[in-house]
Amino acid sequence: MADDSLLIVEGVHLIREGTEILHGVNLTVAEAEVHCLLGRNGSGKSTMAYMLMGSGGYLPSGGTVLFGGRDITDATMTERARLGMTLAWQEPARFEGLPVLDYLRLGMAEPSEERVREALEAVALDPAVYRSRNVDASLSGGERKRIELAAVYAMRPRLAILDEPDSGVDVLSLSDIRDLFARMREQGSALLLITHRDEMVEIADRASLICSGEIVMTGEPAHVQAHYCDRCEICDVAREVEEAADYERV
Amino acid sequence: MSVSRTKPVFTQGDEFEAIVRSYERAGGDGKNLLSPKFASMVVSGNQVLSTHELPGLEMVAEQLSDGVAARVTVAPGTKVELPVHLCFGVLPERGTQRIVSHFEIGAGASVEFLAHCTFPNSVEVIHLMEAEVRVGEGARMRYSETHFHGEQSGARVVPRGRILVEKGGAYLSEFSLTEGRIGELDFDYTVDVAERGRAELMVRAYGFGSDRLRTVETIRLNGAGARGLAKSRVAVREDAVSDVIATTEGNAPDSRGHVDCVEIVRDRAIASAAPLVRVTCDSAYVTHEAAIGTVNKKELETLMARGLDEEAAVDVIVGAMLKS
Repeated sequence: MADDSLLIVEGVHLIREGTEILHGVNLTVAEAEVHCLLGRNGSGKSTMAYMLMGSGGYLPSGGTVLFGGRDITDATMTERARLGMTLAWQEPARFEGLPVLDYLRLGMAEPSEERVREALEAVALDPAVYRSRNVDASLSGGERKRIELAAVYAMRPRLAILDEPDSGVDVLSLSDIRDLFARMREQGSALLLITHRDEMVEIADRASLICSGEIVMTGEPAHVQAHYCDRCEICDVAREVEEAADYERV
Repeated sequence: MSVSRTKPVFTQGDEFEAIVRSYERAGGDGKNLLSPKFASMVVSGNQVLSTHELPGLEMVAEQLSDGVAARVTVAPGTKVELPVHLCFGVLPERGTQRIVSHFEIGAGASVEFLAHCTFPNSVEVIHLMEAEVRVGEGARMRYSETHFHGEQSGARVVPRGRILVEKGGAYLSEFSLTEGRIGELDFDYTVDVAERGRAELMVRAYGFGSDRLRTVETIRLNGAGARGLAKSRVAVREDAVSDVIATTEGNAPDSRGHVDCVEIVRDRAIASAAPLVRVTCDSAYVTHEAAIGTVNKKELETLMARGLDEEAAVDVIVGAMLKS
């Protein structure tokens, strides 16, 4: 365990609807580190994200989660957020009637117009156009995801958990995402980047590979990426999850 | 008694000041009631405290035993640039105020009314609104009514509207009761829309405690190419009860209408919504959507992940929904 560890997950188990999803997960994320969590669909990535953020129904049945040296295993989402942790959902919520400007200001310790403008520009959205639009169904999926990233950026969290920020249409290009994350890191934010796209690893300082609810590898991004691409095949469990997802989409 | 003046005249200064203060609590800007740029009318109980007209806009008010009868006329072709401010209030804890109004918007005219109804000390105030509106050919009328009832037990509010929109005219209405206690709301507006006319009705209400809400919106698209939208945004919590009934009828060729009801329900509150569409012409097209549910978990958690506690997050979600 490095001295600069911001997040330490030790032996976390999590049970959902009678089935254990996470099996003694261990993970560390350092201050201002970009850490990529790779894994196939159904491997437990999003469950990890919800568990870390303290989402309802995702409290661990065993193990501990430390954040900034504090045990937050049983902390509420609000408590975690106020300690500097936040989560960007894979499919962000939509809020009828809530302007983008207000939405971005909600998470800012010291709300300012300048910070809102900077956040929208950081995700390649024109502040003049978007600040007064609502965070509702009038936004495309890509616009909504960009605004979610802008909200996280505006918050200046100590740790941002980003669940598949690169998925969907009309999202930022890889180079834009790289620039955004570099700016966040410069501002002192650590990022836990959850993805199944191996090219996202290029952005990371370190990477971990999750498989069937266990972290099976952590190390140099290129090394983990190579293992993921060469040896991590879709197992029966992941295949079933993917097929179920495809069925739901149909 | 008939009151019609061209400059603000205050018959009861203290009461006027009190009603202006209350008007401001209801979201109005008191300066607008004093400014000669704005047409306005201030009514307290059955007293007309002031009226201010503008060229082409006439407001004649008559005192009734339990309220005021007002006739508002906008001459054909008149474009009233700034909103007309209407302030209705009852300052005592108890009382009945009946406002009988007739709006006549001449052909090609355009006008916006901002009405603020305030009953800040209400324990048993009854507020009855009986409005008849005619929007002439090619005319446009927007009517926004906001209520403030104080934090005690609310009032009994019974707005009734019978609106006729003539060829190419437009009537846009917003009724908002989201601050303080509601008490009892029994809202019922019916709009008949002629050829290429347009009507939009919107009700926003936030009930709690023992509040009771019943809203009935009816739009009849009777002319070819008429357009209508009946929309409601309601939130109820604790032991409040809401009943939303919204109807749009497509009775003419190429008429288009939509009903849109959203309600958020929490605690022990009970909400019901009945969107009704009726079509009597095969080229008319009327749609509806209605949703009732508690606060969406992902919306709630998204705001909590930004540092809001649950109660604050609910307030943001409900507040935004009521503004949508």
